Amino acid sequence: MSILDDRLSSAHALSQRQATKPRSGSPIRRAIQDFLLSDYFVLYLTLFFFITAAIFFPSLRNPGNIANQLQNMWPLLAVAIGQTFVLILGGIDLSVGATMGITSVVGAIVMAQTLDPSFFDRSPLWGTLMRPEGGVLAGSEWAVPVGVVVMLVTGTLIGFLNGYAITRFNLAPFMVTLVTSTFFAAFALWLTQSRNISGLPEAFLNLGKGDILSIYLGPKLTSDIARRDILSFITYPFVISVGLAFISQFLLSRTVFGRQMFSIGTNRRASEISGVPGKSVITRVYMFSGFCAAVASIMYSGRIGFGQPSLGGGNLLLDVIGAAVIGGTSLFGGKGSVRGTFFGVAFFVLLSNILNAMQLSPFVIDAVKGVIILLAALIDITRTRLINREQRV
Amino acid sequence: MTSLLELHNLTKAFFGIAAVKDVSLSINAGETLGLIGQNGAGKSTLVNIVGGVVHSDSGHMTLSEQPYTPRIPADAQHAGVAFIHQELNLFTNLTIAENIFISNFPRMGVLRTIDRAKIKALTGELLASVGLDIPSDTYVERISPGERQLVEIAKALYQDASLIIFDEPTTSLTARETERLFAIMGQLRAQGKAIVYISHILGDVQKLSDQIAVMRDGELVACEPASALTIKRMISLMVGRSIEQLYPKRTTSPTTDPLLTAKNISASGIVEDISFTLHKGEVLGLFGLMGSGRTELARMIFGADQFESGEIVVEGELVRKPSPRSSIHNKIAFVTENRREEGLLMSIDIANNISLVSLPEFARSMLQVIDQRQMFDSARETANTLQLKSGDIRQQPVKSLSGGNQQKVVIAKWLLSRPSIFIMDEPTRGIDVGAKYEIYTIIDRLAAEGSGVLIISSELEELIGMCDRILVMSRGEIYGEFTREQFQDERILRAAFREQDLPMMSVHDGQAKRD
Repeated sequence: MSILDDRLSSAHALSQRQATKPRSGSPIRRAIQDFLLSDYFVLYLTLFFFITAAIFFPSLRNPGNIANQLQNMWPLLAVAIGQTFVLILGGIDLSVGATMGITSVVGAIVMAQTLDPSFFDRSPLWGTLMRPEGGVLAGSEWAVPVGVVVMLVTGTLIGFLNGYAITRFNLAPFMVTLVTSTFFAAFALWLTQSRNISGLPEAFLNLGKGDILSIYLGPKLTSDIARRDILSFITYPFVISVGLAFISQFLLSRTVFGRQMFSIGTNRRASEISGVPGKSVITRVYMFSGFCAAVASIMYSGRIGFGQPSLGGGNLLLDVIGAAVIGGTSLFGGKGSVRGTFFGVAFFVLLSNILNAMQLSPFVIDAVKGVIILLAALIDITRTRLINREQRV
Repeated sequence: MTSLLELHNLTKAFFGIAAVKDVSLSINAGETLGLIGQNGAGKSTLVNIVGGVVHSDSGHMTLSEQPYTPRIPADAQHAGVAFIHQELNLFTNLTIAENIFISNFPRMGVLRTIDRAKIKALTGELLASVGLDIPSDTYVERISPGERQLVEIAKALYQDASLIIFDEPTTSLTARETERLFAIMGQLRAQGKAIVYISHILGDVQKLSDQIAVMRDGELVACEPASALTIKRMISLMVGRSIEQLYPKRTTSPTTDPLLTAKNISASGIVEDISFTLHKGEVLGLFGLMGSGRTELARMIFGADQFESGEIVVEGELVRKPSPRSSIHNKIAFVTENRREEGLLMSIDIANNISLVSLPEFARSMLQVIDQRQMFDSARETANTLQLKSGDIRQQPVKSLSGGNQQKVVIAKWLLSRPSIFIMDEPTRGIDVGAKYEIYTIIDRLAAEGSGVLIISSELEELIGMCDRILVMSRGEIYGEFTREQFQDERILRAAFREQDLPMMSVHDGQAKRD
């Protein structure tokens, strides 16, 4: 047994030597490495871009613009958090956009207060769930709570469908979610015959843009303040998204579910041999992603004021995945954080804002965004390599 | 003789722990240098510096009297340093020829297309020179680990390497493949190549090497001619003191209370009609050659793989559908043979690896919130019990640990779930003498506390040293059973090779007739 004692004392000696931590490279190089490896790297980058751009484009400095940009962040943050979870697992959810579209439509069908026959009489639901007097619960005091719950359940169910197909049949996540995406996008268009459903109750619109705390920066002693001079600061979407972010971060870092997600994303076989219920965790993560997409859909629908079948179309998916990846989430699984995604979303929203302020055409804006995501992916690889070099391969 | 490679005062630290400390060494052309040391002694780090995989913090190297500073592995390759890794680095989805020429395909014509004919001819020559008689267009996934090793050597020959580093090359080879490898190493040496040979099998090192370098805790403690070193002295240099025995004395005897019973387990083509019982306090060995079905059997018992018929009974209760989860619930632990693929989350910190199996135990409330402090304390306590050498277990990722310490993390992970049945597949593979002794001590302690331990090993000596009983598997069947007083390596080996008249064993003829 004295061998063990021997080894113990040498281990002890080794741990005492830890105080000195030799690192490779010159001081400048090391500073650059530390900067690249910092958790706040993206935040610094975002602030740097924005402040630089604000010098040249005064419109960016306008308080109204800043308040508006904050409001742009919240729905995107919600859906990006769901995507972050899926990416940590080593999967991908391409169906978030379509999920937002279909939940927006389903919610509107429950809540709409009037429906224009000339728009909707060719809808398959006309005469049953959709009538000239409005949707299923038109005018009822339960319309909004039920509508919201129906939207959340719809999103979660689509997530379940994704998760079930992926785990039960061992299908590739991108394949499954691409199929559900195509299917539900088409389904939403079919239900509405490609029309937006307007006439949503006021209480619902509040979830998309209602203020809780606002700021007025104009001259004092004015009796009537124009709406555009009131700067929204804390809004319902702010509360919803930040709440969701805190809950998600907690799930990720403090619960069994969170640790098991990371372990599956890192090595599924080893995890399952260690008793991690792989299929169940994977299914739950896709359900969570669907849920987050529904939350985003509620905020967007409330903000624009109608149920829109094409809500999550266009480049939203690029923004969502881009934000997560820029925030340090790895496309290979096992790595990512809600905080990083928050920074990534801020980066994307401000980037759009800067590009808009530069009055570039939408085509150029999308092209630039694409390049930025590519750069982010390159930085991610560089970061990973630096970390590996620090820790040995 | 001129020095081919010289190392001057190399130092490298990870997480503040020095892995290589001030090492100076030289290797001559046409010479074999044996490099030995316990796990974590710094052997792998040292050769990784030479191979351009990691960079030293200080010190320098010369190759053929030129300064040598490989930044990436490709630099080392161009300079003529080839690396035959423990885990082979071939593309299994490509052919042998494609693997050999992957970084430098011969081209032809205006279009610079790949010259298939030339590749075929060249590969044929290269394969012949390593004694491999397989068509060059065979996919690597279809050849055995030993043959893959030879392909790696052929690749090194093609790249005209002057220095070839072998890191534990024999761990997954059969005895015959090992012999062939050694013969080829002899030829390479005769051709003037310098060879660095790292192994835990000290007898091989002594047989093959001209010089033997011994490392301990990152330092080079000795570099002497092989003829001047005995195995006993090598061990005492590695450990830092002399050790009298390789195996701890077993402290208790097994009981007769059955813990786990396998009844007629069959899966066609893999295992056939396997029955055995593991008792409380027993260390049961499962010996067999590669491909005898021993690993597959272990996986079926644990529920990682399915079987077709048969029953598993744990403490008197029939297990309906074995799965890793049901096995963990039944207090069974499974240390897999390949810790990288199935044992560890390599990029994740030590603490989270250790707590993975027992995560639900640290959960509080409906939300399954983890009691972090309790989790870290338990992980640290278990790591300390096993004398894990590491930095901060909450920060340091498992991949930065040495092989032996990684294995300890795997064992710690299962220890934390307090199992009563341990299935260990090659628990000491690629592990040095000192760490092996520690693991044997743990095994003895587990048995003394009433657990049952099933050890699968291809090292017969270790089974004889540790087990109360040994089962021999051959071609998917249990072909022999030996109790402690019957232990005799020759008899057991003959059973494994089916070259024995079997006095007391249950012989199943079905399979034998087929061959």
